[in-house]
Amino acid sequence: MPSGRQFVKAMRLGGAIGVLTASVALAQDAIKIGVLEDQSGDFAAATMVKVNAITLAAEEINAAGGIGGRPVELVVYDTQSDNTRYQEFMRRVLQSDQVDVVFAGFSSASREAYRPIVNQFDGLAFYNNQYEGGVCDANMIVTGAVPEQQFSTLIPWMMEKYGKNVYTLAADYNFGQISAEWVRQIVEENGGTMVGEEFIPLGVSQFGQSIQNIQAAKPGFVVTLLVGAAQASYYEQAAAANVNLPMASSVNVGQGYEHKRFTPPSLKDMYVTTNFIEEVDTPAAKAFVEKFRARFPDEPYINQEAANSYIAMNLYKLMVERAGTTDHAALRAEIAKGDVCFDGPSGKVCLDPKSQHMSHTIFLAKVEADHSISFPTVWENIEPYWLGEAGCDLTKNDPSAQYTPSSPPPQQ
Amino acid sequence: MLTLFSFLFQFGDAFAFLVIASMGLAIIFGMMGVINLAHGEFIMCGAYTTVSLAQLGLPLPLAILGGSLVAGLIGMVLERTIIRHLYHRPLDSIVATWGLSMIATQGVLIALGSTMQGVGTPLGSFTVGGFSYSTYRVVLMGIAVLLLVGLYLVFYHTRAGVIARATIQLPRMARATGVDTGKVYTLTFGLGAALAGLAGGLYAPTMTLVPTMGATFMVESFVTVVIGGGDIFLGAAPAAAILAVIRSGMTAWQGQLFGQIGLLITVIIVIRLLPGGLSGWILGGRK
Repeated sequence: MPSGRQFVKAMRLGGAIGVLTASVALAQDAIKIGVLEDQSGDFAAATMVKVNAITLAAEEINAAGGIGGRPVELVVYDTQSDNTRYQEFMRRVLQSDQVDVVFAGFSSASREAYRPIVNQFDGLAFYNNQYEGGVCDANMIVTGAVPEQQFSTLIPWMMEKYGKNVYTLAADYNFGQISAEWVRQIVEENGGTMVGEEFIPLGVSQFGQSIQNIQAAKPGFVVTLLVGAAQASYYEQAAAANVNLPMASSVNVGQGYEHKRFTPPSLKDMYVTTNFIEEVDTPAAKAFVEKFRARFPDEPYINQEAANSYIAMNLYKLMVERAGTTDHAALRAEIAKGDVCFDGPSGKVCLDPKSQHMSHTIFLAKVEADHSISFPTVWENIEPYWLGEAGCDLTKNDPSAQYTPSSPPPQQ
Repeated sequence: MLTLFSFLFQFGDAFAFLVIASMGLAIIFGMMGVINLAHGEFIMCGAYTTVSLAQLGLPLPLAILGGSLVAGLIGMVLERTIIRHLYHRPLDSIVATWGLSMIATQGVLIALGSTMQGVGTPLGSFTVGGFSYSTYRVVLMGIAVLLLVGLYLVFYHTRAGVIARATIQLPRMARATGVDTGKVYTLTFGLGAALAGLAGGLYAPTMTLVPTMGATFMVESFVTVVIGGGDIFLGAAPAAAILAVIRSGMTAWQGQLFGQIGLLITVIIVIRLLPGGLSGWILGGRK
């Protein structure tokens, strides 16, 4: 829709000019925030809400006088669930739009596609998505949850309740492979057995053979790390074949709201660790959902990435106001103090100076037979400790690398 | 652990998917020669219509027929307005149908949002030898076979089928005998679109409903039709059987990735050795 986009752009330009003339006395221009999220393609169902969350935060910030008196201006591009688009638009926002900060990315493949470009132009990017962990890069700030927050809580809890035989069904790319490695390690540490592990190429929608493999392996529960709309067909097909095993996941429900999209009881006994979903029953979460729905009444679901994107906007505001500048080194100096915190939709969260990842309160969400959500337990304030303990310290050096349990940072 | 039944079930499941997904394309691309990159969007149209009708309270079989009908009607309208100007211009038809596919995907995303709630798979499950299976999958296998038989009867044992084949093989001669070839093209294209819509309707209860869902059918459909060649019955049907054996065998042996690799390697080998596809090879002796 080039014409539509141009129209929006023209409107935005008009708006920006309006803001500029109005605030000429302040002689300050807007803080430009690049937003690269998938608004079409395979991931759109889970990610369109992130753009709305960022818009909501930007409007709130502007209504309250901007960031340090400067209004916020969003530069939004649709990355179309396509890694090449991420690279193209990341170059565009950093080079020609000259944004101060970028909010970008859903899939880990897309993040790894754009990260070298952020490094090349020394940009600053917020990745507001749960992921497989391990990115130690000073140009990145990660507000999504990581394996020590989602798996170190979930897997032992599931093994206690449903036995020590575990089967992993994961998407076949960096996210699924590395997450499966985490699951494998945690299962072994807790004296369990991996009775099966299967990697599914993205875009696969037929699971007949996988369902049979799972039944043959007889696990206590299945860890589903399936990504994208096509792979989500698994739940319906497994339910139709009456597999009837509990499931554990770090991505379902909290991202793709499968419990709303599929007919009950296909997601019965799915357990997910998430830092936010719209069913969370805290006053802060309820207030967030209420104002979100007031602004975007047609939003299908307010997921954890929406909350993380909203939190990230507010953290950025806080950092810029404390530093008195949008300069990246100054902002990182603020993070290094270790007290950049925000009390938002998912409770109090803080940025960890060593890894530039965020602490989270993790809710265990259980999908009931009627697809309502209950919360059997909550883990308060889990730090993103793994990178720091493994040897990543961004206050000292910046390797700009991604580490995993089997390839940790080099020991000094 | 693998019983004969489970292997047969997986084979039948893969066969049904390949046949149902590719029949519409076999007519539009295999017979008529239009490289239809909007095939997946006809499938999506059938799926969305089916689910909408089912949610309005129509029984699922009727809803599926409705999905097929709507896709067929849209197909006929598109044939009249766009496709008919592109016969014998394969490269242009690629661009045009690709454009249609993008318009349909993005249009549905804007109009109906990023997802739609499904209807759930009917008919429950049954157990054989310690494994449980979805009954609906067996129904799909039956429908795949019925579809092949039905199309065979239509094209080879009805007057309309003979006229359709005559029109596509020798349009001038058909016109000389008084056939309204324009109408035949429209109806044949409509039938292809309706079969794609039927595929969408049949698989809608088992899948995620998103605007891009058609894409997951594309590789399998094209692979089946390319390996099959121009003739549905001597081409696409045996191609689907062979590919189903390769796919289910490779998937059972090494997982989904190898199932896909097997599928694609088979295409490379077949089009290298048999450029006319299976049907070209089978019919080669007769020409």
